[in-house]
Amino acid sequence: MAEMLEVSGLTKRFGGLVAVNNVSFSVREKEILSVIGPNGAGKSTLFKLISSFLRPTTGEVRLKGERISGLAPHIAARRGVVRTFQETTIFKNMSVRDNVIIAHHLRSKASLFGFFLGTGAAKADEAAFGASADEVLALLGLSSLANETARNLPHGHLRALGIAIGLATNPSILLLDEPFAGMNHDETMRMVEMVRRLRELGLTILLVEHDMPAVMKISDRLVVLNFGQKIAEGTPSEIQANDKVIEAYLGSEDEAIGL
Amino acid sequence: MTLNRTTKIAAVVAFLAVVFIAVPVAISLSGRFDLYYTLTSVALLSIASAGVWLTFYIGRINIGQGAYALTGGYVSAILVMNHGWSFWLTLPVAGLFCAAASVLIGLPILRLRGVYFAMVTLVLTEVARLLALALPITNGAKGIVSIPLPGALSVFGITLIPDFATLQNSRLAFYLLAATLMVVCFAVMYRLVNSRIGKLCQSLQQNEELASSIGVNIAYLRVIAYAVSSFFGGVSGAIFAAISQSIYPSSFTVTDSVNFMLNCFLGGLGYVFGPMLGTLVLYFGWDLLFQTGQFQLLIYSGLMIVLMLVLPNGLLSLAEMTRKKG
Repeated sequence: MAEMLEVSGLTKRFGGLVAVNNVSFSVREKEILSVIGPNGAGKSTLFKLISSFLRPTTGEVRLKGERISGLAPHIAARRGVVRTFQETTIFKNMSVRDNVIIAHHLRSKASLFGFFLGTGAAKADEAAFGASADEVLALLGLSSLANETARNLPHGHLRALGIAIGLATNPSILLLDEPFAGMNHDETMRMVEMVRRLRELGLTILLVEHDMPAVMKISDRLVVLNFGQKIAEGTPSEIQANDKVIEAYLGSEDEAIGL
Repeated sequence: MTLNRTTKIAAVVAFLAVVFIAVPVAISLSGRFDLYYTLTSVALLSIASAGVWLTFYIGRINIGQGAYALTGGYVSAILVMNHGWSFWLTLPVAGLFCAAASVLIGLPILRLRGVYFAMVTLVLTEVARLLALALPITNGAKGIVSIPLPGALSVFGITLIPDFATLQNSRLAFYLLAATLMVVCFAVMYRLVNSRIGKLCQSLQQNEELASSIGVNIAYLRVIAYAVSSFFGGVSGAIFAAISQSIYPSSFTVTDSVNFMLNCFLGGLGYVFGPMLGTLVLYFGWDLLFQTGQFQLLIYSGLMIVLMLVLPNGLLSLAEMTRKKG
């Protein structure tokens, strides 16, 4: 399988603190790769570096061979690296459907001025985006809530909407930031199914997560961080048997890594 | 708001009829010609307020519109007085000058949010006033006076607008000019807000991080919105200078900047026509309270506070509430 995303020698310093230290790994096409690690291991920083919300101190991120680190986030999104957010980050005063329609912005062919004048291209875009938004909503089981104002959605649906927004941008790789956080068992299982379905659609997925059982279930491979450094990489069974990983999770290791 | 097409067209026609026919007829019948000046002011202030409203729409509290109105007034006055330009040419130039200035100012300051952006814009008005006092070209505290009235505007030998100085009733002419520009301004705003650009602006207002994660160039969009906003400020300031035939550093002060913002609040930040209604009510409300003498400001402020408490979404939210009930 071809490599979709390549992280090489990525380092981020905040003053004296090295949050991410010389981390390298790659994500293959149509793979689900999870980054795990104890609190403060640098997962979130790594996530922001890959989605270009932060600039690396050294090292780089390449998408299909092209360097994307150091670009503005909206440019990285245009290249195909799109993230979701840890919190329920949505456009809360818009309808669910409008949230997804606006996320099609990247695909629009008309210019801002074209939209102002309502040119043919702008109208064609509008129609296509509406149809595509309905498909995305159906895929994530949100069709019945399409006209609801986003802020009124229950927790689980909000997370799904966050993914719908990411999906609507038509990314090459979707970065999911703790998609299972704060979910009960049933919700987690539904989300696991959803993420698998996304992969079946041809997406490559990188996720950062705390919930070990879910991660072990869903991932093709895992990367384990501790104190900003990569301490292990491999399939779920390899990771579960890895001494360094068990050490990093010492105290609650058995439960935490799903043994 | 989901009004059908016929209702919308009827509303627009009715509005235009009131502005361009009913008001002039009523004024000439009643002989209250001073009302022309009042209504012209309302129209111009509502243009500047519309600009402020647009910056609210991208999630920024703008208390700096006075700076652009003042700049627009000076640009027009200087070009007319020192360079002999036609007023009609200076009008778009004043707007564009302010838009260009706002791009330079906006690039750094639009990174700020909330109260920080508001404070910087508040300072802008004061900076503009001090610049007008200090720069040689603006003639200091004496200002620029005896600006001639707008001359004729002809294109290919056809006179589109007659020379204001030859008119018997230049007040009516200014009213028609201001009202026309107001209609154009709000038509543009309505179109902006109801096209995808409006949705993009809302996305900025609601969550800039998410907007940029879905590929919206937030910095670009912010600057564009701010430039359009300042363009409106500049144009309205230029006409004010032409009407009063003068411009001073104190023509637009912090109070004006605050009023532009209040107009938006009062009308409703969620409604594109909010600033127009807000300006009308605020301007006439202040005048009506003149009878109360020394208590004017007290009653006025009290009423504003009550209105904000009772109607946090502005006067236009009343219309929506009644529609929902009915």
